[in-house]
Amino acid sequence: MDFSTIMLDISLFCGLYFQIFLLVTFFDGEEKEKKVEKEKSALSMVKSLKKKVNAALPTVSIIVPCFNEARTVKKTVMSLLGLNYPKDKLSILIVDDGSTDNTYAIAHTFTRFKNVSVVRQKNGGKYTAMNYGIRQSTADIVGCLDADSTVDSEALMRMIPFFNDTKVMAVTPAMRAIVGDQGNGEKKSSDSRSKKPTILQHIQRAEYNVGIFTKRVYAMIDAIHVTPGPFSIFRREVFDKIGYFRHAHNTEDMEIAFRLQSHGYRIANCHDAFVYTITPATLVKLYRQRTRWTYGFIKNLIDYRRCLFNKKYGNMGMLTMPFAVLGIGFVFYFVGLFLYHGGVSLYNMYERVSTVGMVGLTGSGSHFSFASFGENFQTYFHNFYFGIGMTSVLGLMLLATTMYIVFKSKKMAEGSARLSRDIVYFLCFYSFLAPIWIGKSVYNVVLSKKTPWR
Amino acid sequence: MALKEKINGRKYFFVFLLTCGIFIVAFALASFFNNQKIAEIKNTEDQISIDILSSETQFEILQQSSCSIVNGDILSSQLSTLDNELSAAEAAHGIDSADVITLKDYYSLLEIKDYILAEQIYKQCNARPISILYFYSNKGNCTDCTKEGYVLTALRDEYPDLRVYSFDADLGLNAIETLISLYHVGPQLPAIVVNGTTYEGFQSLDNIQKIIPDLAVAAGTSTVATTTTNATINTSTIATSSKK
Repeated sequence: MDFSTIMLDISLFCGLYFQIFLLVTFFDGEEKEKKVEKEKSALSMVKSLKKKVNAALPTVSIIVPCFNEARTVKKTVMSLLGLNYPKDKLSILIVDDGSTDNTYAIAHTFTRFKNVSVVRQKNGGKYTAMNYGIRQSTADIVGCLDADSTVDSEALMRMIPFFNDTKVMAVTPAMRAIVGDQGNGEKKSSDSRSKKPTILQHIQRAEYNVGIFTKRVYAMIDAIHVTPGPFSIFRREVFDKIGYFRHAHNTEDMEIAFRLQSHGYRIANCHDAFVYTITPATLVKLYRQRTRWTYGFIKNLIDYRRCLFNKKYGNMGMLTMPFAVLGIGFVFYFVGLFLYHGGVSLYNMYERVSTVGMVGLTGSGSHFSFASFGENFQTYFHNFYFGIGMTSVLGLMLLATTMYIVFKSKKMAEGSARLSRDIVYFLCFYSFLAPIWIGKSVYNVVLSKKTPWR
Repeated sequence: MALKEKINGRKYFFVFLLTCGIFIVAFALASFFNNQKIAEIKNTEDQISIDILSSETQFEILQQSSCSIVNGDILSSQLSTLDNELSAAEAAHGIDSADVITLKDYYSLLEIKDYILAEQIYKQCNARPISILYFYSNKGNCTDCTKEGYVLTALRDEYPDLRVYSFDADLGLNAIETLISLYHVGPQLPAIVVNGTTYEGFQSLDNIQKIIPDLAVAAGTSTVATTTTNATINTSTIATSSKK
């Protein structure tokens, strides 16, 4: 057994261990959640209680930080105004972070609503806009909604009860990808769902659905490492205890989650509080976004390395952080191996051409015919049968658990677990795409290259 | 620090056991397939033993047959099967595996048989066989062997009637050793033998075309052969690189 096979088997073991851990946690936690759900629905049956519940609801302030979001801010604020929550308990603060387009003018039109206010500040980055809003707020709960996202009308009402647990300091939503629109900075239609989605957007929709599953499981084991910009809500008091948002390598939403976890506070997840966000339509935009996220994640991992393999920090320190490090390491190793073999193949091709000329590339092996296809398939099948070993069997098992998670995620997000293009594209291409930005992020971290927001 | 969900050591251990269980199942399945493979290789080896024995009989029969009903692809289908088995077994077990070496021995024997049989048939029919005996080494870094492999593969593609028999000179098989001493091959490898003459060192495409002028004739007549005997070409010639 050669070194790369051993590495492959180790990576498969780790991958299987992690996925089985998630599934075991999920099955266990789902049972507990069902019991709580039953109790909740029994309570909601009592109408008279509803008034009392409303009276007991906390005040909420949602901050909408925006920078050049003229095209999307209207829909974002409209969705907030449509939230099913007592209006006297909900305030919306739009913070224009020095936009150069007409974001402020559009935002200002909403001041006709009593609970909406708009402020403008000199451009200082999203975290400064957030901090401004938090300082202004006197509400019990403060939240954020990125100006490229919209929120489901029931989301807030579903999230608030999580704060009944006094240890919970933040609640994250279930993020779904809007498919059919262009990413930031591109021409958009008035109806964001009218355009045909790109393959990348299909992939992201499946990916976001998987994110709903993993967030739900991570919350069960207190290991959420990001409170996403689109509609994560916090107890206002927690910022006085642990401090405000930081620049944090342009990933302030990750850093605050790391900080909350490192202080021992709980971050809950409401898996049916849906928030819709626009996803990049092109590879370049997706690459930039993901490089920023992954770079920020790695840098935050480094900043919070004291949590790694530290029992004090619970499952985040003992499971999710170590596996994240392992995952990045494996991806880097296999990308390197792939590039090495690719290089060797190219060199062999060069050698072949330099030895026998172009005939080396146009030999019978490269011709396609149905007869040769049949023959090749037979050979392929034969080789697969001969080559089948522990690695192949493990790979198939890992694929099976991955497929289960993907379909379960779709069921959770969309209510149906039917095979769709999202799933097909996701399973076929995602493992080839992710290494691109992971590789670039590691490269940036190693060479201390800053990763810009846009 | 506030209280958080405590680490459930039992769950970590349970999942570890479960994953190990999956590994054991994977190992058992892999062993099952491995045993099937070994059985298949053994079966092929047995079949080849019968083929080699029957080829002796074929000699006798063919010597009494008319040239019009004889073709040169007597053992080609067996060579094809074995070539596939060998390539797959090399990929699965590596070139140093005992099973692979045994299979390679059989393959080499069958090649030699095919070569002798073809020579006999062509002699009987007053035709000149277009065949190359190719000796290579797997030891060390024989870059010229790799290059020669490219050349012979390209030649095979260009001239479908050309028969290339490749032999691992380091295999230690008596029959190969006999060929090596008969044609004074080595120690410099690669080496090719054409019509009883040995050419040592790397031979380019042009060189071989000069050595075998009959190739040009074969090329002129091979158009039909290329399309009708495509399977035979693949089987009677050697994907030299796969043996390395």
